[in-house]
Amino acid sequence: MIFDFQYLLDFFSANGIIKSIEICTIRHRLLKVIMSKEKMTVARAMVKCLEAEGITKIFGYPGAAICPFYDEIYNSKIQHILVRHEANAGHAASGYARITGKPAVAVATSGPGATNLITAIATAYMDSIPIIFITGQVNSFQIGKDVFQEADITGAAEPFVKHSYLVKDADSVPRIFKEAFYLSQTGRPGPILIDMPFDIQKQEVAFKYPKSVDLRSYKPSTFGNKLQIKRVIEAIKNSKKPLICVGGGAFFSNSQDKLARFSSRCEIPVVSSLMGVSALPHTHPMNFGMLGMHGVRTANIAAKNCDLLILLGARVGDRAAAAIKESEDLKVVHIDIDPAEIGKNIDADVPVVGDLSLILDQILELAPELKHEEWVEKLNSFKIIEQCDYSDDGYVHPKLFINKLNEGLPKNSIIVSDVGQNQIWTAANLHLDGGRFLTTGGMGTMGYSLPCAIGAKSADKKAEVIVICGDGSFQMMFMELATMIQHNIDVKIILMKNNKLGMVRELQTKGYGDRQIAVCLDGSPDFIQLAKAYGISAESINENSQVEGAIKSLIESKKPYVLQVIVDENQRTIIS
Amino acid sequence: MQKNDNNLNRHTISILVENRAGVLARIAGLFARRGYNIDSLAVGVTDDESVSRITIVAQGSGYTLEQIEKQLNKLIDVIKVKTLSSGRLTSRELLLIKVHANAQQRAEIMTIAEIFAAKISDMSTESITLELSANAERLANFEEILRPYGIKEIVRTGTIALEKGPSALKL
Repeated sequence: MIFDFQYLLDFFSANGIIKSIEICTIRHRLLKVIMSKEKMTVARAMVKCLEAEGITKIFGYPGAAICPFYDEIYNSKIQHILVRHEANAGHAASGYARITGKPAVAVATSGPGATNLITAIATAYMDSIPIIFITGQVNSFQIGKDVFQEADITGAAEPFVKHSYLVKDADSVPRIFKEAFYLSQTGRPGPILIDMPFDIQKQEVAFKYPKSVDLRSYKPSTFGNKLQIKRVIEAIKNSKKPLICVGGGAFFSNSQDKLARFSSRCEIPVVSSLMGVSALPHTHPMNFGMLGMHGVRTANIAAKNCDLLILLGARVGDRAAAAIKESEDLKVVHIDIDPAEIGKNIDADVPVVGDLSLILDQILELAPELKHEEWVEKLNSFKIIEQCDYSDDGYVHPKLFINKLNEGLPKNSIIVSDVGQNQIWTAANLHLDGGRFLTTGGMGTMGYSLPCAIGAKSADKKAEVIVICGDGSFQMMFMELATMIQHNIDVKIILMKNNKLGMVRELQTKGYGDRQIAVCLDGSPDFIQLAKAYGISAESINENSQVEGAIKSLIESKKPYVLQVIVDENQRTIIS
Repeated sequence: MQKNDNNLNRHTISILVENRAGVLARIAGLFARRGYNIDSLAVGVTDDESVSRITIVAQGSGYTLEQIEKQLNKLIDVIKVKTLSSGRLTSRELLLIKVHANAQQRAEIMTIAEIFAAKISDMSTESITLELSANAERLANFEEILRPYGIKEIVRTGTIALEKGPSALKL
């Protein structure tokens, strides 16, 4: 095309059609066109794409097949955070994305590097987190020949991605990146995988980052259907005992404030799913805690007794749905960005598909001021809690610990729990005003918390970021202590140690006649010594009386810190 | 948790998809991992070269069908999904069947072919290959009648279908 243009110019000037001064102007413009489609390697173009998306940090683990890309990271301003296992790159990206509200990037090499990512991809998929996963792949002409470190990662990850790309030609790279970022963060957020063969990374491409995407097959809805919104308002007006159940969607659509306004104006109590914990400040009078199999009593009583259930960005997984009693008298309003979630786990009388934030705007436009004093009073009466036995017996009571932590936490703290008893103790008792509670509610991936916290702290350097994990989960992720140290990411860790895989132990106690098998963690190292080996200050406590002081030291520490909390191995998950 | 709708019905689902590598794998994988069974599958390009049309016949309850449609719609490469209503569709499969046929049997088989409006696509001293395009029931009938002669080999395509009347599944 450039040659054609040159030819035309020569032709015009030779025939006196345009003057030489005009030729100069045209040449100048032509040069601009050429400049805007700069030739470069695909590897460089990949980095340019990330820069165009405003990416400043990526999490990853290199290998041979992704070397051309890493070589370009060397030249760029993007900071690379080297994790110690590929899955943790994905979890760190998850924490980063959840705090920034924008897609994050995790990178691994081909074969085992890519397959190690799968758990993180699946976790992001279940928890609806926008992450761009970039994997190196063997040379495109070798694909299918079972060469060294080859794995069909797009095939293997297919059930867990919102979409994936196996890049086949250099020219498609800018479009693919643009689409990937767009897809991951619009509609229901989710992971996108880009598999990048080695030879293609080294090919040349005329780089121009597209301004928009053109996907005829993908048009996520935004506003809710007006008629349905009216039906929602009618349902609220007709209800005597309405209840809101909020899920992770509140964070993705950034509608926490609107939720607070909505529940206040119509005086509707709010319970949350595990993913929705901390969407409403604890001090909000309408907050009644987490529902579900492991939820708090008041929330479950509310769910059993309400006559209108308004699900806001909650897919109601099986463990939350267990708390809801479907009956003729119960009306269900389900508001979600993903139409496939509506009617999947619970029947909806009034389905509304769209972006929660926009739909709440629509609702707030029409919703009248309402009072449900009797209903709220009744629920409040259940809030009065029996006193636990906090006598000193050589263990720290987890509920007392979380209560004391609530008192000691600075505003806007980010608490990341792992999976198991520690997760339930935290989710059920944590009181946050501002800040975030992060956990993997959907996938329940052990070893998620520390890498997630590393990502969260990388996204918000000012926030206090604290991991709460068990000794089981800690041993799935403590290699990431090195990542923290190497990159000066000051995450603090509360390690609830009971020398057991507590949640499974509890299942065996209750459901299998206490025939405990494969739940004892004998052989674990001395975690205090381990922390010290990484140069991290650490303390261990085993009395309730030590809790306050220990939390103070933890919060006041300016450096990473490990607080080991010795918990009774017979402690239950549900503690009133 | 759902209303009971366990009546298993056969559904013909038409899907317009981007004509790209890997799309069929995504759709087949979705059916497999969500526990939906595929009875028949046919894929071909449409008048727009960038679009393929997939026709899937699957069994399931109303709930399953709704979930299939929604999950298919979530795939980025899927442009449109429509379940064709059973009473209002024209459906066809193509059958190729090779039967034993010596000189004596040949005329008989050719008469059957004529009745069914099947074509003879190949013939040898001991076999005839017939070709018939029809709906599934008619093909089954045809096959039964030819069975006594000895079926050497049989192959049939998946069902393709269009809705009757002027409405069309378009982008």
